[in-house]
Amino acid sequence: MTRFIIRRFINMIPLLLGITFLSFLVMSMVPGDFLSSLKMNPQISPDVIRQMEAQFGLDQPLVVRYAKWLWAVLHLNLGTSLQYRVNVTSLIGARALNTIILSAASMMFAWMIAIPIGIVVAVRQNSIWDRVLSFVAFFGMSVPNFFLAFLMMFFALKTGWFPVGGTFSVDYPDLDLWARIADRVNHLMLPVFVLGVAGMASLMRLMRSQILEIKNSDFVRTARAKGLSERVVIYKHVLRNALNPFVTMAGYGLADLLGGAALVEAVMNLQGLGLLLLEAVRSLDIYLVMGSVLMGAVLLLVGNLLADLALVAVDPRVDFSSAESQ
Amino acid sequence: MNSTQAQSLAETYGTNNGGASAVVSSAVAREWSLASWTVRSSALCLAMFYLLAVASPVIAPYDPAYQNRGMPDCPPMRIHLSAPSEWERGLLYAHPMLMKDAVERIYEADQTRKTYVHLFSYGHLFTTEPDAAQFFLFGSDALGRDLFSRIVYGARVSMFVGLIGVAISFSLGITIGSLSGYVGGLVDNLIMRWSEIEMSLPSFYFLLALAAVIPSGMSTIATFFMIVAIMSFIGWAGFARIIRGMAASVRSRPYVEAARALGGSRWRILRLHVIPSILGYAIVAATLSIPGYILGESALSLLGLGIQEPAASWGNLLAQAEDVQNLARYPWILIPGVFIFLAVMSFNFLGDHLRDRIDPANLR
Repeated sequence: MTRFIIRRFINMIPLLLGITFLSFLVMSMVPGDFLSSLKMNPQISPDVIRQMEAQFGLDQPLVVRYAKWLWAVLHLNLGTSLQYRVNVTSLIGARALNTIILSAASMMFAWMIAIPIGIVVAVRQNSIWDRVLSFVAFFGMSVPNFFLAFLMMFFALKTGWFPVGGTFSVDYPDLDLWARIADRVNHLMLPVFVLGVAGMASLMRLMRSQILEIKNSDFVRTARAKGLSERVVIYKHVLRNALNPFVTMAGYGLADLLGGAALVEAVMNLQGLGLLLLEAVRSLDIYLVMGSVLMGAVLLLVGNLLADLALVAVDPRVDFSSAESQ
Repeated sequence: MNSTQAQSLAETYGTNNGGASAVVSSAVAREWSLASWTVRSSALCLAMFYLLAVASPVIAPYDPAYQNRGMPDCPPMRIHLSAPSEWERGLLYAHPMLMKDAVERIYEADQTRKTYVHLFSYGHLFTTEPDAAQFFLFGSDALGRDLFSRIVYGARVSMFVGLIGVAISFSLGITIGSLSGYVGGLVDNLIMRWSEIEMSLPSFYFLLALAAVIPSGMSTIATFFMIVAIMSFIGWAGFARIIRGMAASVRSRPYVEAARALGGSRWRILRLHVIPSILGYAIVAATLSIPGYILGESALSLLGLGIQEPAASWGNLLAQAEDVQNLARYPWILIPGVFIFLAVMSFNFLGDHLRDRIDPANLR
């Protein structure tokens, strides 16, 4: 297993190099030198600009600049944010944690709802419940998450049951630990719902088709022939086998989850990585953009790795050598 | 592709493959009879949206950029049927809105006056007389522009971004993917490594970063094509991988081997045997990826990185709702979101249906 993980990490290196170089290329194509906008800012002294020029070699060709940035990144220095005037590394850490919490919570929410409903719907195939819930799933899959976020904010405005956007309340610093946690959870409810709905719908459809496929397989027929109760057949035989693609899906769905989280963060004003990136893009804060994209890519790759590890743990037919060749 | 295949393809997709139009119309009729009510309403919904996009100057009652400064944030107006005696003045009418409070922008319908809505006159589907009060079907925005007219014009961006985007990534993906799968070897390896890099990009993050490249002074059409190009650039990789897998499996089929044995060139085999055999799946994949483009454009425009004011797209019309105060007071500014939702759902229903039609094994 250790060898597998090490090899996967080594495989990540060219990917991350490719991704960062691509982003670097893109940011260098942005019209207008970002230094020129810096120079016009009277708050930034010429010394700082010269210092940054020297540190990152901004007058040098693209490849050299990229190499210098990479060298700094290897020393855990992602550069200085032009907007916040602090090191990008310190900015990204807390924001990435918020995004991870949001994504993980909405994934759990989606699973908790989708799996039981998927089972019910598949077991009673073609019943009225199956038809209605499958139709609702299409609804859930098709509603744009930013639109749903607006609708939920409108709902929160009209009922006053939930806070309208934001990461925490104004009086957050004055609260004790438990009140802080409660406050954060309260602010997370609607975003988690919004992000969970889309995932929920597609997971439900996946669960349904999985169960329907396995329900007709030989080992299930054997289990029934042995005289096992329908309950045992469904939960012990069908369900266990139907869960495998979920683990794979969790890995593939991560990119969508991160992207969706970015949008919901922007609409509902949550202090996450996506909102940070959006602000950075708007103000052409190149190192912050680079840092956020890098962080997002790392989150994605590590998430995929975790999903592969989980797949090996869940499915005895998959071992590390076959997981690698996938 | 032999003629029977061509005909069955034409029947399946309703495309005219050089046959008589009667064949196509009967194929369309057959498809229609096979479709469920959800698929039928999806098709009708999309047809309507594309009509909005193509005929927007006729369907929109007003100029989408015209600002009625006296009527900002006016709520949607109710439309009434006139009494038969008034039909010569106008079949439909609405009570004009009167602003009661200029700060809070509270309106009240003036029950004593009527503004007549004329159908098929002044070159519009429906409109009011040029000097009469305006009729806001979906209300107006903060600058007093007619939201309905803006939605109609916004359909041009939102409905075509998917088609053009898919056309680009579709042709890129199908060419590169089938080449990669059929040729194999080093070419395959290089292309697949590159697509892996693109696929492990956090795509929305990258989309945001790429959108920064669009210069702010660009024209709407140029911006539109920039957005399409950016999204196709991100989108082709996943597509190419699917096609590659299929092409690789087609390569060892007997009829392809026979073509090779007969001395067919690579390009000829690719064009005549490999691509047609994967076209069905490609069309399904394309239909199902259109919503991604619509949503991508809407999201970018919503965040202020896409189509810029005063041009309208369904995404940037929603940007007004980002202010919580606007959302609370003028909820009708969310209507463009309903249009996005309907378009996305229709494409999903249609793609799902096409998948079942092409591969009956999926029907469970």
